[in-house]
Amino acid sequence: MFELLGIPPQALFGQLLLGLINGSFYAMLSLGLAIIFGLLNIINFTHGAQYMLGAFVAYLLLQYLGVGYWGALLLAPIIVGAFGIVLERLMISKLYHLDHLYGLLLTFGLALILQGLLRNEFGISGLPYNIPSQLSGGQNLGFMFLPNYRGWVVVASVIVCFGTWFMIEKTRLGAYLRAGTENPTLVGAFGINVPRMITLTYGFGVALAAFAGVLAAPIYSVNPNMGAELIIVVFAVVVIGGMGSILGAILTGFGLGIVEGLTRVFYPEGSSVVIFVIMAIVLLVKPAGLFGRTA
Amino acid sequence: MKKTGLIVGGLAASLMATSALAQDIDVKIGVLNDRSGLYADLSGEGSVIAARMAVEDFDAASKGINVEIVSADHQNKPDVASNIARQWIDDEDVNVILDVPTSSAALAVHEVLRDSNALMLNSGAATSDLTGEACSPNTVHWTYDTWALANGTGSAMVQQGGESWFFLTADYAFGHSLERDTAAVVEANGGEVVGTVRHPFPGQDFSSFLLQAQSSGAQVIGLANAGGDTVNTIKQAAEFGITQAGQSLAGLLIFLTDVHALGLEAAQGLVLTESFYWDLDDETRAWSERFMEAKGDMPTMVQAGVYSAVLHYLKAVEETGSTDAEPVMAAMKSTPTSDPLFGEGEIRADGRKIHDLYLFEVKSPDESEGAWDYYDVLATIPADSAFRPMEEGNCPLVE
Repeated sequence: MFELLGIPPQALFGQLLLGLINGSFYAMLSLGLAIIFGLLNIINFTHGAQYMLGAFVAYLLLQYLGVGYWGALLLAPIIVGAFGIVLERLMISKLYHLDHLYGLLLTFGLALILQGLLRNEFGISGLPYNIPSQLSGGQNLGFMFLPNYRGWVVVASVIVCFGTWFMIEKTRLGAYLRAGTENPTLVGAFGINVPRMITLTYGFGVALAAFAGVLAAPIYSVNPNMGAELIIVVFAVVVIGGMGSILGAILTGFGLGIVEGLTRVFYPEGSSVVIFVIMAIVLLVKPAGLFGRTA
Repeated sequence: MKKTGLIVGGLAASLMATSALAQDIDVKIGVLNDRSGLYADLSGEGSVIAARMAVEDFDAASKGINVEIVSADHQNKPDVASNIARQWIDDEDVNVILDVPTSSAALAVHEVLRDSNALMLNSGAATSDLTGEACSPNTVHWTYDTWALANGTGSAMVQQGGESWFFLTADYAFGHSLERDTAAVVEANGGEVVGTVRHPFPGQDFSSFLLQAQSSGAQVIGLANAGGDTVNTIKQAAEFGITQAGQSLAGLLIFLTDVHALGLEAAQGLVLTESFYWDLDDETRAWSERFMEAKGDMPTMVQAGVYSAVLHYLKAVEETGSTDAEPVMAAMKSTPTSDPLFGEGEIRADGRKIHDLYLFEVKSPDESEGAWDYYDVLATIPADSAFRPMEEGNCPLVE
């Protein structure tokens, strides 16, 4: 059996696949961030907390209302998205005319408050959430055992990501959105309610985070800090892809998942920093990001 | 700064010596631990509650000892921990620092307090280096350590036939020291270590590391990590069919709160070593019920250790009528320890507190009779063989 850099190819395929699975989460989260930044110019630091809220809402729906995984996959994004809309109307919308920094500080503060409240209520060790029975078990692919649920995560994420990209880049609604951010006054003159469109866009970005949170609930423990670590990585992904670039966020998300997966094989100690090293290099060579346009 | 500290300390000591009869002593206890991160449930506010319970049970006020408890979050970072420790002893007259989980943070505080007039009674950290070559006259390592865990769980697993091991190790002082101590036990019992992977701390997704452990073909995957990292690793090992395929997991450091988070379905059958469990006897049950009322969860061994350490410390303060590090430490070491949670024990010259340890097995959901009923006792490891023999630790304090 031949080996590639000391690793049998079977093991390498396995690691590539795992990288892709983790990349799915990066892609979904960075997509939401890129939409919110691209269309609202807000650096949404609450994104990690909103992802965590998605998982918590799924847990609470099951505990108190008996709503299972599939119901939660639909309801949690709606509930958390609605919460996002309230936030946008009450607070974030007041900051559009100010510097980015204010939006960043506000959303960062909100994230800390949300995490703190849930930590106080539920502790830090995490709450159990089971994989739905339809997706338990797994497939033996020859080179690795793939849990059915992880396969589902990749499929769901690819569908959601490219569906969103298609909607924004290829449909009339997407065209309104993009036009509304370029020149809100002009678009408003055509009879389109731009502020409402912006609010709904924020709600949609937040709902994406919550959707990713529900997907994550059965495989990672549901705990108040689950988004805090992730959000930093996801920001790096967005920066590498190019702030505001939708396709860039998706492709970089999956790509960096794979790079990180490979690092875990060849130099596991470095796997938590590899994305930041890449970010530094990209910023030096192409400051607008891989897919970004220089203004 | 240091000099004035010494002079003030000396002055205070002489003042206190003259007023020893009146016993009007101010004691400031600092509980320094993780209050927001992955070790917050096993230490955190629960340790502060435990310290408070010890002060109440000791009835410090009626003995003329005024105890104040302060607490802080070290965020599991050595630099944050040593800054807080330095501020506490230099500016806020803290006499004793309790708990300090996260080995890297504990080692940092350990060095800050060396040669100071304050003590560290460490309950939360695991590294056996605290009482090894780096031992300090100002530190007592109270509840457990990596050598004891390795000796308990590691040798039990090898005796059950798990001879080849692969380590999945948290990449910092604690993980390294737990891996080293367990590997030594495995090899001494005739087993072998076939590989190791070190994961960043804290982690979230362990599937990649688990797959490497799987392809190593080892019979036992030793988890040299803790808290949320261990919980996620065990969950994901079940998800990827690793345990079903015949490899067994050795959770080298598992706390009650981890089992609670995993649920018995996922945790059943795990063998683990701890020094305290709430349901050991009438006294531990009574104390734990009180703790439960204040905290809402059952205590971990770390929190129980904080209680036991504060109690013994206050006894030494009462006996010496002083809060100076040297005489109090001498009194703590010369008096045997005794409390309702850990029973009889002692503090050795190298700073290691010894007591019985227990090898537990996690119950199946059918065996469990209610909330928090999680462990069966497999064996009691007597105090004299539970911890590393003093001569093997190479602590310079041992002559």
